[in-house]
Parts: sequence; structure tokens; C-alpha cells
Amino acid sequence: MDMAQPEHVTAASTQPVLEVEDLRTVFLTDDGAVRAVDGVSFTVGPGETLGIVGESGSGKSVTALSLMRLLEEPARIIGGSVRFQGRDVLAMRPDELRGWRGDRAAMVFQDPMTGLNPVLRILRQVTEHMVSHGRQSPATARVRAVELLRRMGIAAPERAAASFPHQFSGGMRQRVMLAIGVANDPVLLIADEPTTALDVTIQAQILDLLRSLNEEFGTAIVLISHDLGVIGTVCRRVAVMYAGEIVEEAATEAVLTDPRHPYAWALVNAVPRLDSPAGARLTSIEGAPPNALDPPPGCRFAPRCPFKIARCDTDHPPLMEVAPGRRARCWVTADGRRLPAPPIPAQAAPRSAAPEERPLLEAEGLVKHFAVGRDGFFGASRIVHAVNGVDLRLRRGEALGIVGESGCGKSTLARLVTRLHEPTAGRIRFEGQDITHASPAEMRPLRPRMGMVFQDPYASLNPRMTVADALAEPLLAHRRAATRAEARERVLKLMATVGLKPEWASRFPHEFSGGQRQRISIARSLALQPDLVVADEPVSALDVNVQAQVLNLMLELRERLGLSYLFIAHDLAVVRAFCDRVAVMYLGRIVEQGPALDIFAQPLHPYTVALTSAVPEAGRERVILGGEPPSTLSLPTGCAFRGRCPVARPACEVPPPLAEIAPGRLVACHFPGSFSRPGHLS
Amino acid sequence: MSATQIVLMPAPRPRWRRRLRRYGPAWAGSALVLLWLLVALLASWISPYPPDAQDIVHRLAEPSATHWLGTDVLGRDVLSRLLHGARLSLLAGFTVVLLGAAIGIAVGVVAAWSRGLVDEALMRFTDLVLCFPPIILALAIAAALGIGATNTILAMLVVWWPKFARLARALALVQRSQEYVEAATVLGLRPIRILGRHILPNTFGPLAVLLTLDLGNAILTFAGLSFLGLGVVPPTPEWGSMVAEGRELVEQWWVATFPGLAILTVVVGFNFLGDGLRDWLDPKTRSR
Repeated sequence: MDMAQPEHVTAASTQPVLEVEDLRTVFLTDDGAVRAVDGVSFTVGPGETLGIVGESGSGKSVTALSLMRLLEEPARIIGGSVRFQGRDVLAMRPDELRGWRGDRAAMVFQDPMTGLNPVLRILRQVTEHMVSHGRQSPATARVRAVELLRRMGIAAPERAAASFPHQFSGGMRQRVMLAIGVANDPVLLIADEPTTALDVTIQAQILDLLRSLNEEFGTAIVLISHDLGVIGTVCRRVAVMYAGEIVEEAATEAVLTDPRHPYAWALVNAVPRLDSPAGARLTSIEGAPPNALDPPPGCRFAPRCPFKIARCDTDHPPLMEVAPGRRARCWVTADGRRLPAPPIPAQAAPRSAAPEERPLLEAEGLVKHFAVGRDGFFGASRIVHAVNGVDLRLRRGEALGIVGESGCGKSTLARLVTRLHEPTAGRIRFEGQDITHASPAEMRPLRPRMGMVFQDPYASLNPRMTVADALAEPLLAHRRAATRAEARERVLKLMATVGLKPEWASRFPHEFSGGQRQRISIARSLALQPDLVVADEPVSALDVNVQAQVLNLMLELRERLGLSYLFIAHDLAVVRAFCDRVAVMYLGRIVEQGPALDIFAQPLHPYTVALTSAVPEAGRERVILGGEPPSTLSLPTGCAFRGRCPVARPACEVPPPLAEIAPGRLVACHFPGSFSRPGHLS
Repeated sequence: MSATQIVLMPAPRPRWRRRLRRYGPAWAGSALVLLWLLVALLASWISPYPPDAQDIVHRLAEPSATHWLGTDVLGRDVLSRLLHGARLSLLAGFTVVLLGAAIGIAVGVVAAWSRGLVDEALMRFTDLVLCFPPIILALAIAAALGIGATNTILAMLVVWWPKFARLARALALVQRSQEYVEAATVLGLRPIRILGRHILPNTFGPLAVLLTLDLGNAILTFAGLSFLGLGVVPPTPEWGSMVAEGRELVEQWWVATFPGLAILTVVVGFNFLGDGLRDWLDPKTRSR
């Protein structure tokens, strides 16, 4: 049929899939119209990949929703045009929109947990719109659905098709969402933060899948993410958004190596990388995005820009061509000049603790099991094996990182050593004192010596206490301050320490941004002058720039106050930038432990190899690890990693001990180093 | 694209109209409640006659200029009795709900904090009380203790606290698992302080809503018990017993109707106020 209309085919293959011009979307609020998307233009050709990157609130998700016309009141598209293969999307009637969405253009959302209907079987959800768009008969749709699930890398697709969504993990659900998205061979797939809720190894699988969809089926992809690394692995071009505008658009490679807009520059340099020099501080820019109700008259980034010139405050720069094929919205680089590389501070003195000293914190054979609901009324109660025998020692002045994917027990470990939980077995010593089964009253005198910073800056502060009250509370409770006035003085000093303005003392947590709240949290953990700070994913909920600010603050405090950190994170590069030593956890056990730089330069456990290679950084040779971590309800026998291990052998049926194979390096593997990065597997 | 292009910002709907739609009933409710509170406070000064002054000659007089709402079987002024009746009704409502809430919240929060056996015991006992139909249990208790406002209030209290206990426990359990409670524990604060300063203040919103909505409910129940003859000793002016006195007087409609309307407006007032409070405290409806 294509042969009959050759002109049509050539026209279609050169015509852009998506042309967005001067798109403007506002949110109508009580205080006025918030300009969420303010004059965005871009073009996506057939089979092209475009990434949209920016921090939260930059308008990237609203852009995606506007393209699909999925916005509801109080959001309204007030200007511009969206053309899809020449058709005006903004002029489509509701029935036309229905026919177009999910057929020619599909969208995948961030949260795979809520994206599927919990009461329908997977098969029904995948076939549903193939049938409703009239593309397939119910019978052929079923065959195709199973085929699609197989294509998305779901093992045993027939069985999967008959399952309900709750039987699937997040990564599996995202595969199902992708299967639904591409079921009708769409020309365009919009993916809004599709991997943000997933672990790195699963993220690597999904990104790989997206790339192959683009290569094999020629599906054009618009990928929205806050992470330039993620975009770099899938997209050839990237648009950087700030305050509702595109501030730079260029090839992803070019932005990563030579950003031409200061905001893109800040984004690129705020992220720690696995290959950046040791001891380097991260580049962070102060301030917050402008008020979208009333943006500044000049460049919107000018108030935070480290490179700004006089003109930036008054003239709003247009998106200008700064080099062939690249556009930036900046007066400084308008003449084609580059932005300087960030200064690399003098390397910090090698941080080492005296090894002979008694460790500050010591754990031996820590085990924590949680009983969860029963299997039916008469069934035995099921047990989650959260932590299964962990030994660790933290010396004074040292920062020990614990990394691993969600469910590996790292947060439980943090709550065990601070005795929020009581261990099922094992021993914890704090400065030689056994606190394994200490009662809350026995713990109370020790509490001032261990601070804790939590993951969620929104949940970890009492919403009904002002900053001053929250910080004064521990001081008064432990009689570190005799009077309210004295406490207040200390509070102001604390606030200054973490870079909060004294006049904010009487504000409530909801009046602060995420990064500021995390500073409050840190200030609170430091109020009693602890020796040890346990930080449970302190930066994972923050935007990259804010993450850089908070990490720099924590590094500085460590040097100034001589703190020891137990730093829990899933982001390897962050841990590498922050910690002296690292322990990698898998299924409640430490599988590898050693000096941070060594571990990431030369991982010895196959899991560490896979983990480091899964980090989305451009130019990284990847090992795509198949499968997912086994359930913590029933531990596998032998080496816990054996089911996913690319080099598993019969000997792995015997659980490997955590053995010291070089000074300071411990690995729990029978064949350490037998699997190394340049992957012959992927 | 070009600099001269004018972008039309759509005008937002007028603010007062949105406000009215959102908060109108709440304001009406608070006005009604405030009105009745004032009436209860000033009853002795604003009522035209003493509430128990009998005027047998003018018994069952129609509403007129001298007796705005007419007189009852004993020739007492209905308006004066109505105004004085507000005192007892509101007093009974507030006492039952506030004391019931205090008991219930204490039980619920302690149960949520201690978990385990204490939680089990407290909540099963709560369930036990909750099993009885409230009116019937109050009837039985009032009958056993004897008739009188104090006994009725006591009887109502016995059946009133469990719902607060349940809600308080549920809310406290949610707060308990929040990171800021863990943070407070890590700071070494005492449990009593964590409960009082951290958990309780954060459960207050939904509890305040239940409390307000429940005030109307309590007033209605109290009037109902009085209607059945279990509430107050006869000469005391009380709305429920006033309705009871007028229930067979079909011709003299005013004797039962006006106290009935009084009950209605007070209950509606508290309900509107409670609904408004709920919307106002809910961040989801508040932001739009």
C-alpha cells in the first residue's frame, strides 16, 4: 500500500512529528496567573530523541501534559501552537483527541505504582486500547499483548498477562506501562520521569529498553527528567528548562561537556560523577527559581547567575543561536564564547582516622526481622528479613557510606544503630558501651551524642513547630540551655552554622523549600553537638543543585566539627564524593566494603560492578543486570546474589563469607574480581 | 514570538464569588452558632418573661404582640422558655462533647503509642462500648441513675467517648510513623513530650472537625432524651421536653414547632461550621 503513494511516504518521513511553537500554559490561582510554561518552542523529527531537563517547578512536566492536552482547570493553555504531523493538537475536538492519544502519541508517567488499574488483569490493560482504537481484534490483540510483554523483557509473559498489577514490582509495572504505550506503534512516545521511582539497576534496564524502542521501531521519544545523565543515555538532543522557558537547546553531548547557559552549566557541575577527581567540592548556585507569578524583567536566571553582566538584569534574552545547531538564552554566551570550567578546589587533606583507636560505633552480626501479616487466617506469620548479619565499624572522624538498592536493608540498618529499632540478633556498641538492648531510658543520656538526618525533608519536621522551637526543643529537654533566652541564642548560632537567616527563626517548615528544610534538619541533628551523625538518604529527595548545596554543607561541617558520619544513600556518585569508606549492601548483607575511591575504581563483587556501571553517565560502558532482587520474605540459599550474577557457578550454593582480600577491602564472593566492567554481556 | 505580541491572560473569576461558594455555608453556620451562644449567655436579660412564670388565664395563647411565640399549656411564654432552654442545651452539648473528646483522645493516643497489649485492651473495651446503641444505653443509664440533667449528661458521656478514641488512635498511628516522630525519639525526648508536643498537635485538625460536627449531634441526642422524659425535671426549660409537651397539641402548633426549629438551627449551624472547618483544614480543597 505504501508503494502506491510514494510522495505521501516521503512527505511523512521528513515532516516533523512534533512542532511546538511559543507554547504558553498558566495556572489560574487566587493570586493570579502562574506562568508554568512561558513560550516554549521545539521540534521533534521522526525517530528523533529529545530530552527535557530542569529542576522541579521548571515547567517540564506541564510542558509534556500540555502537548498531550491532559491539563485540567485551573491550568490553561493560553497561547502558541502544537502540531503533530501537521495537525493542530490544540484545535482537536475531544473525540479527535481520544483517537489520537494512545494511538499516534503515547505517554508514560513517573509513578508506575498508580499508573495501572489495580482491579484489571495486565492482559486486559494492554489489549484495551489496541481494541478500542480499532487496531486489532480482541483475539489478535491478546497475541500481540503477550508478544509486547515479552519484547519489554518480562519473563514468562503469558503468566504475567494473567496477573494483577499488585503482583508486580515497580520496574515490571513500568515495563507494562511501556508495553501499553507502544502497543499501537505510536509515532511519538512521551516519557515523564519514567525511571525516577526505580533503582539504578532497574533504571538501566528501562533506559536500555527505551533506546531500543527508538532504534528498532523508529519511535520518536520525548524524555523528561531532572537527571541529565538519564537523558544523556537515551536522547541525542536536550532542551534545558528554567522558570518555564527553554534556556538551552543542543546536542546532549555538547551540553554535558560544554554548556552554554549558566543554568545548564550549574546543572552539569552540581552532579557528582563517578570519574570526577577525589575531594572536589560540588558547584552549587545559591538562591531559588524566581516567583512564577512575577518573573524578573531581565534574564530569569540573572539573580542566581555567577556570570551575569549588566545587561542581564534589564533585557530578557531570546533563544539565540550560539553555535551551529545550538541555541541558548544568554547574553554572556551570545557571541559564541564558552563558560569556564568550575574551579577545582585544592584537594582536601587526606582524611584518615587513627586505626588503632577504639571505634566509635561497632556492630557485629546485626540481624533484624520484621513479622508482617499472616498468609491467610491460619498461615504462619511471614517474616521480612531486612538485615541479615551485618558487621561494621565506624572510626572517629570517619564517613562510612552504605549503598544499595531499595529493600537492601540500609535504612533499617540506620535505625538499628540509632536504636529506633531493636535488633533481632547481634551486638551494637557505641564507644564500647553495649546498646544492643538498651531501654529508651538507658538510651536517653546517649542520644545527644548521635544525631540523625532523615530522607524526607517534608516529613521529618513537625509541621506545627517553628524552626526556633524545633531547634530549641532538644536543648531544653537535655538541659543544655537553662533558659529560653539562652536556648534562643544557641538556636540562632545553629541556624548561622547551616546557612539559614536568623530572621527565619519564627517561620514554620512549610514556608521553606526542600533544601532549606534539610538544612533545618541538619541543624537539629547538630543541636546537641553529637559525635556521630547518621544520615539516611539526606539528599535523595532534593534537586541536583540543592543536593550540591546540602552535600557541601555536610562536608564543611564534618571538617569543622570533626563529625563522624554514617551516610546511607542509593546514589553511588554522591557516596563517592562524600565518604572515606563504603559498604555495599545486597539483601540485608554487606557484599563489599573498602575505601570509597578503590571500590568505585575497581569493584570486586559482581554486584558492585553492575551497580557502578548502571549509573547513568554518558560514555559509561554498561552491564545491564537482568532480573530483580529476590524477595526479602524468603531468603535464597547460598550467595544471595547468585540468581542475578553473571558469573555464578555451582560453588555459589555455599554462602560466601565477607573476607578481607586486600588490606581494608572485604568482599563476600567466592570469585572476587572474576567479573569486570567492559561487559561482554550487554 | 515577536516582542510586540500580546498574550491575553484570562481573568480569574471574581474572588468574592469563589470565597462565597467555598465559605458561605461555614459563615452562615458560625453566625447561627454565635447567635445561639449569645442567646444562652444573655437569656436572663433578653427574655420578656421569667421562664416559669405561669399565666393560666392566657394558656395556649396564639403568637401575638405580647407573647411573640405564644404560650404553652400552663400559660408560660414560649419565647422566654426557648431562650432559657438554649442554656441547658448548649451546656449539655459542650460538656458531653468536650469531656467525651478529652477521655476519648487520651485513650486513643495512649493506645496508639503503647501498641501491643495495652492497645489491644483499650481498643477492645472501646469496641465493646461502641457495640451498644447509644440512645438505648443512655436510656438505660438515665433510668438507673434517675432523671436529671446531670445524670443524662453522665449517661451520654459513657457512650460518647469511643468515637473520639477510635479517631484519635488512627490519627496518632499515622503521625507516629512520620519521620519527625522518629527524629524526636533520636533527640532523646521523653514519650510524654513526644505525645504532647508532636503527635497531639498534628492530630488536632480532624479531631476539631469531629468535635464541631458532634456538638450538633450531642444537642440533638440530649433533646431526644429529654423528649422521652429522661432529660430534665419538668419545670426546667429545655427544648426536647418543650417539644414533648406540645406533641399532642395539633391546633396549638407553636408550642412544639418553635423549640423544634431551635434544635434544627443549632444542629445545622454546627454542621455547617464543621464542614467549613474540614474544608479549611484540608490542604487539597484549600489551595484552589
